[in-house]
Amino acid sequence: MFHRSLRSRFAAGGALVLIIVGGSAALVPQKPEAAALVPAAHAPGPATVRRLSADQYRNIIHDVFGRSLDLGGYFEPDLRISGLLAVGSGKVGITPAGMEQYDAMARSIAGQVADEDHRAQMIPCAPKSADAADDACAGAFLARVGRLLYRRPLSEDQLEAYVDAAAIAARTTGDFYQGIEFSLAAMLSSPQFLFREARTVPARGSVHVLDAYAKASQLSFFLWNSGPDLLLLEAAAKGVLDRPRGLSREVDRMMESPRLEAGLRAFFTDNFGFDKITSLTKDAAIFPEFSAQVAEDAQEQTLRTILDVVLTRNADYREIFTTKKTFLTQQLGSIYRVPAISDAPNGAPDTWQEYEFAADDPRAGILTHISFTALHSPAGRGSPTLRGKALREIMMCQPVPPPPGDVPFNIINDTSNPLYRTARKRLAAHAANPVCAGCHKITDPIGLALETFDGQGKFRTTENRETLDTSGTLDGVAYQDAAGLARAVRDNPATTTCIVNRLSAYALGRATAPGEKAWVAHLQKAFADGGYRATTLMRAIAVSREFYTVSPPALEQSASAPASTGETR
Amino acid sequence: MKVNRRTVLKGSLAGASVGVGIPLLDCFLNANGTALANGAALPPIFGTWFQSLGFTPGRWRPDAIGRDYESKAEMKPLDAFKARMNLISGCQYFMDGRPVETHITGVQIGSTGAIPVGVISAPSIDDIVAGMIGARTRFRSLEVSLTGNRESASRRAGSASNSPSEPSPAALYARIFGPEFRDPNALAFEPDVRVMARRSVLSAVSDARRDFSKALGASDRTRLEEYFTSIRQLEQQLELDLQKPAPLEYCARPGTPAEGVVGPVTDDVARNATLFGGLIANAVACDQTRVFNLMMGQAGNVRQAGSIENWHGWTHEEPIDPQAGYQVIVAWYSTWAAQVFADFLTELDKRKEGSGSVLDRAVVLWQTDHGIARSHTMDNLPIIAVGSAGGRLKTGMHINTPGDPSTRVGLTLQQALGVPAGTWGALSNATSKTMTEILA
Repeated sequence: MFHRSLRSRFAAGGALVLIIVGGSAALVPQKPEAAALVPAAHAPGPATVRRLSADQYRNIIHDVFGRSLDLGGYFEPDLRISGLLAVGSGKVGITPAGMEQYDAMARSIAGQVADEDHRAQMIPCAPKSADAADDACAGAFLARVGRLLYRRPLSEDQLEAYVDAAAIAARTTGDFYQGIEFSLAAMLSSPQFLFREARTVPARGSVHVLDAYAKASQLSFFLWNSGPDLLLLEAAAKGVLDRPRGLSREVDRMMESPRLEAGLRAFFTDNFGFDKITSLTKDAAIFPEFSAQVAEDAQEQTLRTILDVVLTRNADYREIFTTKKTFLTQQLGSIYRVPAISDAPNGAPDTWQEYEFAADDPRAGILTHISFTALHSPAGRGSPTLRGKALREIMMCQPVPPPPGDVPFNIINDTSNPLYRTARKRLAAHAANPVCAGCHKITDPIGLALETFDGQGKFRTTENRETLDTSGTLDGVAYQDAAGLARAVRDNPATTTCIVNRLSAYALGRATAPGEKAWVAHLQKAFADGGYRATTLMRAIAVSREFYTVSPPALEQSASAPASTGETR
Repeated sequence: MKVNRRTVLKGSLAGASVGVGIPLLDCFLNANGTALANGAALPPIFGTWFQSLGFTPGRWRPDAIGRDYESKAEMKPLDAFKARMNLISGCQYFMDGRPVETHITGVQIGSTGAIPVGVISAPSIDDIVAGMIGARTRFRSLEVSLTGNRESASRRAGSASNSPSEPSPAALYARIFGPEFRDPNALAFEPDVRVMARRSVLSAVSDARRDFSKALGASDRTRLEEYFTSIRQLEQQLELDLQKPAPLEYCARPGTPAEGVVGPVTDDVARNATLFGGLIANAVACDQTRVFNLMMGQAGNVRQAGSIENWHGWTHEEPIDPQAGYQVIVAWYSTWAAQVFADFLTELDKRKEGSGSVLDRAVVLWQTDHGIARSHTMDNLPIIAVGSAGGRLKTGMHINTPGDPSTRVGLTLQQALGVPAGTWGALSNATSKTMTEILA
């Protein structure tokens, strides 16, 4: 009890005050250990070693070498755990087939960096001779990019190894630039680049904290979905991130940067399962208007809609479920049946138009977007069950159990029954079975509210000539249609609890530990007190010490080196 | 200059000094190409084919046991291979009190012999076998997806995720027979300077790479080990690229496959399965790999163009036809899939190596996720093993082993392929009972 009250006093008096004080307060020098002090009630989970996501990889390469570079190759499939790929990234490794791809990408990138078109711009010095090794020039280049790619300065040994590698390759090929190319390629396929190393240092109270550079990475991947920039690395080097005010100032700077959009996009893309959009296809015979372009635009539409709420207008997060404002392309307009006329010059592809659905339009909020209704439907029809399940799991963090084995389908399969003409009737028959009813009860009623949107997300009022009934209840709140469901979702307490849980798990790369409950409660309160603004929540996470505090590594695990490759089979 | 064994052995070829590693000598074919120069047979090949949704009850299991059985309707497409395969009926996936994750648990038990506890599972059977027979080829194994996704049932030891699968024949071609392919029958061999540079760079940075955070939990250490294993494999590929490959009489680089549609529509699946068959057969003949894995639709997402349901959807929503006594559309899919499998096998068999074929030295293990897809049963599973693995297995039988774990088949194949395993699987899915009736 004592600890808990101490904890909440800390929460209110510590992190929250920082938000108000911001960067304007005078810098009070503090010892890093003091800054790392966390109330004893806080029992953090372990540090996570995350594999870079495809977007993080791409963002870092573009940050370091510019956007003109073409990556080539493909990334290993991600793993979704606890609803997030960000959590799965702390569990996945690199398979040999995946390594082949990483190696191909690394060589492609390094080849472009060192080629005749780019080398003058990318490499800060010229070698004494283009056909021989030059350790000084190679070292200058490798130290500079190495610091950005590794998100920390290379150790002396590491730098020496890469300089040696460049020299060996330059001698073998008789070309300084090929030396640079192969050494850089090796750096890009190293674990320090492909994984997010989480180095920690002991802190008071039997916990560890991320070291300064790991803190910088923790922050930049969370807020920007990329590695730290030079300013942030500089701040880390000076110990600024170890001081609450310094940390707060850096967070302010980063949240004011246009790069915050990339961070928000990454979170919502992950949380809403948009990784599946790229492989979303509809049967062309049934849904001829649906195309890969529509799918891509549908994702972008929803992201733009969300960003308009949470970033541009910095409004209540829950508005994403009810907002009438959205953004459309001509392609999307054909399914939404609204005129999205491009005012772009002739031939300009795919320009975005702001669009406001009329007050009486059945569309309201992201649940009525194609990115939700079509994504959670099979190829040839809509699915109330899949949509209901997605709504529960994604928006409300309520997992729906998988169907049991040995399900008797004899009710549906009874040929003496006439065909059920609507999904409601088919599902009612199915749910008459008590084994199935338990779960379908929590998915189908809400999914049926979206039945007015067919398998590709187009509005309809009938199925097989029978008028659709979209009424239902969500946790006791009655509604008549999709817009009513959207309001019920907005007002459901699970909706806000869910986003806090998801965003904190996303930031940490793991589900929060039981000992971090108080922190999550503090975040919930900060979110509510701040008017449910996503940016408030992000900031509350970014400035809290708990975000950088981890459990100490187990003793037997700290002794040995991570890997030995002597025996591979 | 004529290239023969002697010129290569003398280490002199087109003026270039060529280092030939002693193990490669094992790969030399004898005069008729059916066996190695030292008299040993061509190495065995292992393949897996995982296909969701199985067969229709009453329409696949033969009435007779043993040899000379009559195939039921859905197995008829495989009649051309009947004498060269074994059909095992009656096996079961055991749940040991764990909940059935439909269409997932069956794949896990079928491929790894166990239901995983936590994120990291046991290695899949192909990984175990590849440890025996796949270590010296360019690709330890090749994973292919027939339905457009990147899933496979193949999992390395210590990995948290299954290996990615290649859904495009054109991309698989580029991976195997692209610019990095070294034709074993090419006259000249000049080690590539850039490959030499890459190889030296990998060695030079090897210690620097190990300089990784030491404070790691057990699972993170396992993940890093997986990374280093993958790097080691890359190094081995480079080492192979720097050696003159031993000539392989029946190896020929195939032409580029025509670009086609990749996805779950039946016509595309069938076409791609044939293309993959040809590519894999050539990859085997050129000794690029000795292990391959094919996945057909983990949750039955295969469908006919224009159909509102996919195969999986039909298993649950199609009524049982009162006249026929079974689900007619679902039965069509099962029969179609058996034909696609047969067409794939035909491609392996078309790749002749002397008097035999690639299929002759292979064994391809066909498994499925449920006994009856409609009700997600886990017993009475059909299992098919095609090929004798170069005479290591007796074939042509229907074996009925009601209530035995499915792992008996996998264990037997492992032993036939030289894996020193006495048991395979976990808990009730564990077995040490070899199917001695098919071991040659």
